Amino acid sequence: MKKKLNKKIIIGVLALQGSFTEHVTALKKLKIETLLIKEAQHIDSVDGLIIPGGESTAILKLMNENKITHILKKYILNGLPVWGTCAGAILLAKKVTGLNKATLGVIDIEIIRNAYGRQNDSFKESVRIPKIQENQFPGIFIRSPKIIKIAKDIAIFGKIRNKEIVGVEHGNILATTFHPELSNNLRIHQYFIDKIKS
Amino acid sequence: MPTKNSRQKKSSKSHQINNVDKIHLNRGLAQMLKGGVIMDVVTPQQAILAEKAGACAVMALERVPSDIRADGGVARMSHVKLVESICKSVSIPVMAKARIGHFVEAQILESIGVDYIDESEVLSPADNDFHIIKNDFSTPFVCGAKNLGEACRRIEEGASMIRTKGEAGTGDIIEAVRHMRTINREIDSLSRINSNKLKETAKEMRVSIELLKEIQKIKKLPVVNFAAGGVATPADAALMMQLGAEGVFVGSGIFKSSKNKTDQLLMAKSIVLAVTNYDNPKILQEASRKTMGSMRGNSVMSLNEKEKFANRGK
Repeated sequence: MKKKLNKKIIIGVLALQGSFTEHVTALKKLKIETLLIKEAQHIDSVDGLIIPGGESTAILKLMNENKITHILKKYILNGLPVWGTCAGAILLAKKVTGLNKATLGVIDIEIIRNAYGRQNDSFKESVRIPKIQENQFPGIFIRSPKIIKIAKDIAIFGKIRNKEIVGVEHGNILATTFHPELSNNLRIHQYFIDKIKS
Repeated sequence: MPTKNSRQKKSSKSHQINNVDKIHLNRGLAQMLKGGVIMDVVTPQQAILAEKAGACAVMALERVPSDIRADGGVARMSHVKLVESICKSVSIPVMAKARIGHFVEAQILESIGVDYIDESEVLSPADNDFHIIKNDFSTPFVCGAKNLGEACRRIEEGASMIRTKGEAGTGDIIEAVRHMRTINREIDSLSRINSNKLKETAKEMRVSIELLKEIQKIKKLPVVNFAAGGVATPADAALMMQLGAEGVFVGSGIFKSSKNKTDQLLMAKSIVLAVTNYDNPKILQEASRKTMGSMRGNSVMSLNEKEKFANRGK
């Protein structure tokens, strides 16, 4: 891929359902141009894509309805940088326990939906992310999924409580089970921008 | 003068997590529902159909609002077994309604583990003076509002999400439009007043000046605001989104559109599609085309003031 260090980049945010405006607000603070993606043809004009939090069943349904799933998968397999948060991470995973429909399936992990329980079990926890020298990233976990298995070549991006994997990375793909878009900490957004530019 | 909610007990769970975090997590769940459709369901089968259609959450209740209107009687919290069976039947968030001021119904719903409680004017109010002190719960609440004052009072009591009251069970969108426009207009007018006038407004609305200052600054409510009450077609849903709603509740509009399950599913899917693509007339046309007719409804003009649910809880 071409060097984009000095180039202006545009990041698309999948805007079918969920917390897409929060991602747009975060990216705007970092002076990044954004594009809301609702239809497949718009994917071509972005340098990277964020799949936001929301209800994974609803987003998947709308992706299929708006005929985005196949095209998006092709772009990701061709190297389009993509970051999924919470529901977004579910949609990127190869295997999802409790969802009997095909997702994008582009990263070799197994994930369980609503693994921590119902809303009363939602929580905040510090996430350790060595890649950005962050030991206390404010992790917001809302009816979050849990990553229970990762393939050998998948890198661990973030952990909580010294054991649970809450973020993974593989090539152009980043997935976090928490919601950086709901915190005021923009460091993972910055990391994703740098990833696109490098 | 009785002590405000003198007997309302604090939820046991609310002590385990600090208050700031709780507010953040509870408002956050509403943010995850944005751009989505929350559907009223009265059976697990309907809940499954709603999930299949792409609903972002379901609202468990015993009778949909149009039936409550038709049948009369006292409308209460749904039966525990019903709420429980709906919780078990789907993986999306489940909301359930408690009567205005009925904090014990809310305590029961919290102990069942519903994801959101709707303190709803659609049910028969249990208290003429006080709403539930929602800050005492760890489970988040959504409340209805006709105007900015009501919205702010509910937020200060601890609501994590607001919806227009509209006029539930009528299939007539006029009240939801009125409430959404009123809230928007009142937020807009906050931006043009000085601090003296802001104090007056806060006093009139019976809310804190801090909350009004925050709204003045961010030019919106500090919580997610959905449309509800009278949505009966994909076009109604998109209308509310274009007016600034962040998502839509549909009550009787789906399961009262037809007796046929296939038609109900089509209506549900079409409204979901319309909310996502609310600004795309071509997709709205397709979504509308797929539906097989909407609920007959009941014009709001034909109701007298006593029959309006929206007048309950101020």
